[in-house]
Amino acid sequence: MESLLQPILNGVLLGGLYAVIAIGMSTMFGIVKLVNLAHGDLMIMSSYLSLVIVAWLGVNPLWSLLGVVPVMFFVGFFIQDFLINRVLGKEMEPPLLVAFGLSIIVQNFLLLIFTPDARSLTTDLAVKTIPLGEHLNLAVLYLVDFLLGGAVILAVYLFFKNTYMGRAIRAASDDEMGASLMGVNTRKIYAYAMGIAMMTAGVAGVLVGMTFTFYPHTGPQYLIIAMGVVIIGGLGSMKGCLAGGLILALAQLLGAHFTSPGYQLLFGYGALLVVLGLRPQGLFGGKI
Amino acid sequence: MPDEIALKVSNLDVHYKDFQALWNVFLEAQKGEIVSVIGANGAGKSTLLNTIAGLLAPTQGAIECLGEKIDGLPPYKIVPIGITLVPEGRRIFPRLTVYENLIMGSYTPRTRSSRNEALKKIYQLFPVLKDRHNQMGDTLSGGEQQMLAIGRALMSNPKLILCDEISLGLAPVVIKSIYGRLRQINQEGITIVLVEQDIKRSLKVANRAYIMLEGKMVLEGEPSSISEEQVRKAYFGI
Repeated sequence: MESLLQPILNGVLLGGLYAVIAIGMSTMFGIVKLVNLAHGDLMIMSSYLSLVIVAWLGVNPLWSLLGVVPVMFFVGFFIQDFLINRVLGKEMEPPLLVAFGLSIIVQNFLLLIFTPDARSLTTDLAVKTIPLGEHLNLAVLYLVDFLLGGAVILAVYLFFKNTYMGRAIRAASDDEMGASLMGVNTRKIYAYAMGIAMMTAGVAGVLVGMTFTFYPHTGPQYLIIAMGVVIIGGLGSMKGCLAGGLILALAQLLGAHFTSPGYQLLFGYGALLVVLGLRPQGLFGGKI
Repeated sequence: MPDEIALKVSNLDVHYKDFQALWNVFLEAQKGEIVSVIGANGAGKSTLLNTIAGLLAPTQGAIECLGEKIDGLPPYKIVPIGITLVPEGRRIFPRLTVYENLIMGSYTPRTRSSRNEALKKIYQLFPVLKDRHNQMGDTLSGGEQQMLAIGRALMSNPKLILCDEISLGLAPVVIKSIYGRLRQINQEGITIVLVEQDIKRSLKVANRAYIMLEGKMVLEGEPSSISEEQVRKAYFGI
């Protein structure tokens, strides 16, 4: 029993990281009905951005958030405003293709500049642990991931609930024409929504970069995690995002614990399949 | 102030791609008036209101409201001027609470500071909205949703309200009560343009009426001067 505690603890903490990876994808999916296939790549782009800041200023990667997050807001805003808004509204496919194209461009752009070598954001947090018992250790870096991820999700939740812009984004998602009759410039509001989604991707990128190694082609791997979380939790739901992250991470780590680490991904997809079979709209999803 | 023009539509043409929906349409509303536009299905009434509200751009003609030229402007530039549309089908936000729906009505920066006073007024006008302020929009009954749509429009502190088919699908008692509220709103000096299928009722409240047929204005006058035969002709062409 004692040996189970470690994978459960790690699973919970990793779940927080998965949730923050997915939150931006989930909001865009739920609100603008946009499947942002470039989400993972833009996230990895912010890992590289952090790498540049860290190399340049020699600071702890966490400080680089102060630069990465605002830059990613503008990246998101302009992607939506200049690219995706142009093809929005007709059908689902054109935005999907634009996002797919963007994904390829970002990957190859990163490849061109940073070469295919593995990178990571090194920090002394990575080796610190807090012993909780004889066989139980709390990895400080995982704890940072979990806390920061939780804070981001809380901030996004409060933003959507309590601000004029947040409500306008939700209103536009409910009824675009209704929202425009309230005086909402819906196209601009979508650009802001994407900016905010990319801010969360910026945080996720820095956390992922600190926790794992990354390459220019790592993006799709995280896109799949984000998709999994969104599908398990339900479209556009913040609670669902957190729950989806926890379930996916726990399924992966517990599965790996009972079999071998090689099967980690398999168990994650297994959990996904079970939820899809039993509750296709996701745990906290409403009508689609 | 009597005889001051709140809304003036002239020579308006509107197309949906190749199809021309409005032909040389005109409409005028004095400040404080209730103007009713009637006509059969597909006569272009909704198209007219949607064009005034900025959802559609006219191909020709002019729309002036409160002294400002608004034709071709998007809704987010028209709402702050003081014009708001209560759209056909109500279009409330189903996954926002009643309170949040109303708050969305005061989205434009000009009205945000006065939103609490506006909210109080609307809760007085429609007490049921206060009782249900924490419920999701889609849990309301049809009549309540219509009240919410009107209340939400009032939150933008408008000078002119365009109402599209507000009695559609509602019980007669509810319609009566909603029309009573409309009169009340009108008495506070807000100009109202009504588009209705319910000819009798809309002629009863209106100061002036227009009849539309196949995208054109065919008749204009005081409701008392419009005969049943003229109405019949407009609806059935006989």
